Amino acid sequence: MPPAATQVSATRATASEAPATKAPQNPRVALFVTCLVDFFRPSVGFATLKLLEQAGCTVEVPRAQTCCGQPAYNSGDRADTKAIAAQVIRAFAGYDYVVVPSGSCAGMLRKHYPALFKDDPELAAQAEDLGARTHELVSFLADVLKVKAVAGAFAGTVTYHDSCSGLRELGIKQQPRRLLKTLDGLTLTEMAEPEVCCGFGGTFCVKYPDISNQMVDAKAADVEATGADLLLAGDLGCLLNMAGKLKRRGASVEVRHVAEVLAGLTEQPGIGEGVRDRQARPAAE
Amino acid sequence: MSKQAILGAIRRSLGRDPRDSYLAQARLAEHPRGIVPERSRRDRAGQLALFQEQAEAVDATVVRLAALDEVPEAVADYLKRHNLPGDLRLAPDPELEGLPWADKAPMLTVASGRADPEDPTSLTGAFAGIAETGTLMLHSGPQGPTTLNFLPENHLVVLKASQVVGAYEEAWARVRAAYGPGALPRTVNFVTGPSRTGDIEQTIQLGAHGPRRLHILLIEDEPEAGAGEEGA
Amino acid sequence: MDSTSRSFKDNAKTALSDAQLRRALDNMKEGFIAKRAKAAAKLPEFEALRDQARDIKNHTLENLDAYLELYADKVEAAGGTVHWCATADEARAAVVEICRSVGAKTVTKGKSMIAEELALNEHLEANGLVPVETDLGEYIIQLRGEPPSHIIAPAIHLNKEQVASDFRARHTEFPAERQLEEPQQLVAEARAVLRQKYLDADVGITGANFLVAETGSSIIVTNEGNGDLTQSLPKVHIVVASIEKVVPTLEDASAILRVLARSATGQEFSTYTTLSTGPKRPEDPDGPEQYHVILLDNGRSQMLGSEFQDMLRCIRCGACMNHCPVYHSVGGHAYGWVYPGPMGAVLTPSLIGVEEAGHLPNASTFCGRCEAVCPMRIPLPKMMRHWREREFERHLAPPAVRAGLVMWVFFAKRPELYRFATGLKAMVLGALGRQRGRFAWMPLGRGWTAHRDLPVPEGRTFMELYDERQRAPVRDGIVRALRRGPETERRDAAGERDAA
Repeated sequence: MPPAATQVSATRATASEAPATKAPQNPRVALFVTCLVDFFRPSVGFATLKLLEQAGCTVEVPRAQTCCGQPAYNSGDRADTKAIAAQVIRAFAGYDYVVVPSGSCAGMLRKHYPALFKDDPELAAQAEDLGARTHELVSFLADVLKVKAVAGAFAGTVTYHDSCSGLRELGIKQQPRRLLKTLDGLTLTEMAEPEVCCGFGGTFCVKYPDISNQMVDAKAADVEATGADLLLAGDLGCLLNMAGKLKRRGASVEVRHVAEVLAGLTEQPGIGEGVRDRQARPAAE
Repeated sequence: MSKQAILGAIRRSLGRDPRDSYLAQARLAEHPRGIVPERSRRDRAGQLALFQEQAEAVDATVVRLAALDEVPEAVADYLKRHNLPGDLRLAPDPELEGLPWADKAPMLTVASGRADPEDPTSLTGAFAGIAETGTLMLHSGPQGPTTLNFLPENHLVVLKASQVVGAYEEAWARVRAAYGPGALPRTVNFVTGPSRTGDIEQTIQLGAHGPRRLHILLIEDEPEAGAGEEGA
Repeated sequence: MDSTSRSFKDNAKTALSDAQLRRALDNMKEGFIAKRAKAAAKLPEFEALRDQARDIKNHTLENLDAYLELYADKVEAAGGTVHWCATADEARAAVVEICRSVGAKTVTKGKSMIAEELALNEHLEANGLVPVETDLGEYIIQLRGEPPSHIIAPAIHLNKEQVASDFRARHTEFPAERQLEEPQQLVAEARAVLRQKYLDADVGITGANFLVAETGSSIIVTNEGNGDLTQSLPKVHIVVASIEKVVPTLEDASAILRVLARSATGQEFSTYTTLSTGPKRPEDPDGPEQYHVILLDNGRSQMLGSEFQDMLRCIRCGACMNHCPVYHSVGGHAYGWVYPGPMGAVLTPSLIGVEEAGHLPNASTFCGRCEAVCPMRIPLPKMMRHWREREFERHLAPPAVRAGLVMWVFFAKRPELYRFATGLKAMVLGALGRQRGRFAWMPLGRGWTAHRDLPVPEGRTFMELYDERQRAPVRDGIVRALRRGPETERRDAAGERDAA
């Protein structure tokens, strides 16, 4: 089994090849790590750091961050959402960019914060400003920094799930695929309906577990049918859901955040795998 | 009175003054055209070809005839080819009634009027053909009983090339020219292919309630338009 | 129709275990979804046409009172009658009164969602009338005594074997040994049965896809031709339509029609689009002698000016439910009232109350596929969220959900405390699950673990690890400086930069 990720030495988009049209030379980037990455999978945060630093960014991690507020927002709790959003707006003021390894949370900052403060001109302007500076990680690399390729290798077949917010709110579709295909040895194979929701939906998956299960079961079947070694996506929520279902079904496919593979940081077990799975895998590496 | 109650509720919700109707009146008077699909803008031959192509794509059949008086023979031929009975109900349209039925199609039994439930086949005229979707526009009136468009299993339509327009908007312009602004015949039917249903397992079946067959006899009354067309 | 929306969860559970329903719903992928995509791709102007359709309807809604008055004047000028009905009760009474006035017995019906909203069939039957649905799908579910499960494909939840068995049970006039295996045989039999009903009917009731203010016309869009037979053969034609169906002009109707069929069934244009203006004219050989329009409000005027106004742009194409993964999972009946899927999740609470229909706007992952395909660009997820906000304000959410949210918000607003708590929890869970990498069970986590494993956190939070990484060079630097002196320290620092 795969991840034969080699040392990534020169992932950075060299100055000659990736002069972003209006991106500063060495942009000062704030990492919004997201609550799920922070808690479940810090590796994704470090992979993000590595990708950004290799691309020439100076990265900082504002300390006053917790969550983007979606759990409250999607539960109809507008007042608390606004309080959390205001906290994020303050914490992330002044950076050239805010980069998020999640389409869902990036979408929250980009699309939904400005709408929350319609009635408060001052905060609305700040929210607009934050939204304009905020990008999902892969889209930031591809669309803003114009990174064309990542150096490195991954021996194996991967399939990519389009997380809903990234796809439909931010238009992220080809960017991750294009970058993944530049890794030596990586084969990308598409599942039947990569754009269909996996059934996570934040609190949806615990409020309507039976429906969520039907959705993630169908997704898992589509993933398994590709025969891929590895399932990737850009949102940890979806990944936890899909990994949890694939493991429950006894599938052998590994599950990772796309940043881990792009950064060549795949030593740690896949999502939902333990030391035991690692030991059980044939030492293809 | 519910009329005033409903209008009052709408005005309260919208915060509108009851006299604020000039915008609406202006739009009705001007009936502005919006986006018209580029595909409808072709030369005449191109429009006819598009009409035919689109109509055939939805299971209508089209035959091109050089002149109106070829219709009886073409109808007889069509009915024979599909093994259909020789009974034909014509729309009470003098132009159709006046065709040489007895000479050219003596085996047919031809009558005109509104549809009888037992009529297997009707032949009607049309008001327009719309190329963008291969759609026929027919309307009610003394020469066009609506039942002829729906009751018989086979609907045959005489359409003149000069009646074919590119887009729906052009057809409306012709309707306004014929009936005046803001007025329509009782029934205006847009017909695009024969009747169909997908209600059983989403498999498309023709002839659900309306005609199973829609056959269009396209009369080339614009020689210059048809000339450039090949393979039509 | 009585709502069972309150028991959405149970309805869903029943639906999910129905293997036959799964098969029927799977047909949607090849049917609706693929066909819509193809039709959209074939028309370069499609996206611009969606914008235009949205704008036309927005303009109409902003001037709705004016357009309704102009429309009604035109209907009356053409010899028709408009019955303004504020409530469902008024509408039902008006329909029955018209039927009585002509001594009607049999009433044929074209497919109409407003008639479903009014539960018109039950009401007609209660008043001694015999309603006959003529749309094939509606006819089938009428035989079965079921409500529709989809707004344009009412019998989408059934397969042909079920239909054949219903036909055998009810069409006893046909020989028992007849073949009914193929859809074509079923369609032919329904055609034969319904043909006589059209001819017997005294009143024909249709819905309306649009009402045209310019001409006072009602428009129906069908593929079968049943609506046309329903409205041409009986002596009375009743149109039941809600107030938001009005559009200004023939051009506007055509503009919206360009996106309707493509979004609904992937057809470029539906087979039959019919405009009816008043009763038959004196010189017409056929057509109805009376033409009535039941113009229904039933709560819609209250949606204007609210955060739900955009919902009134809906043209009932069904694209949102065709593309909804929740609808795909549970089908239409689970939603428990007339309108299923995403459009139902927004509209139903507006019409029957959020207390009754609160589950519907909650049962969405906000995947956004509905909005992505809606021809009228209705922001459905946004409006579902607005319903959740109304629910939250009124404390309608279950106490456990609320308590969990309160606790989470408490921490989310306090970054230091949050870091401490998440750090501790990650450590404990990480240590417990390190070997296996996932939990199959978790206290209070049954919603998740009943169906899937819970991946174990890696054990330390990102913030902790990052803090350590930030502190490490400083700490290491001090240690080195104390040990080796300033010279070596500078060399180390240079080396470290290269390595990074």
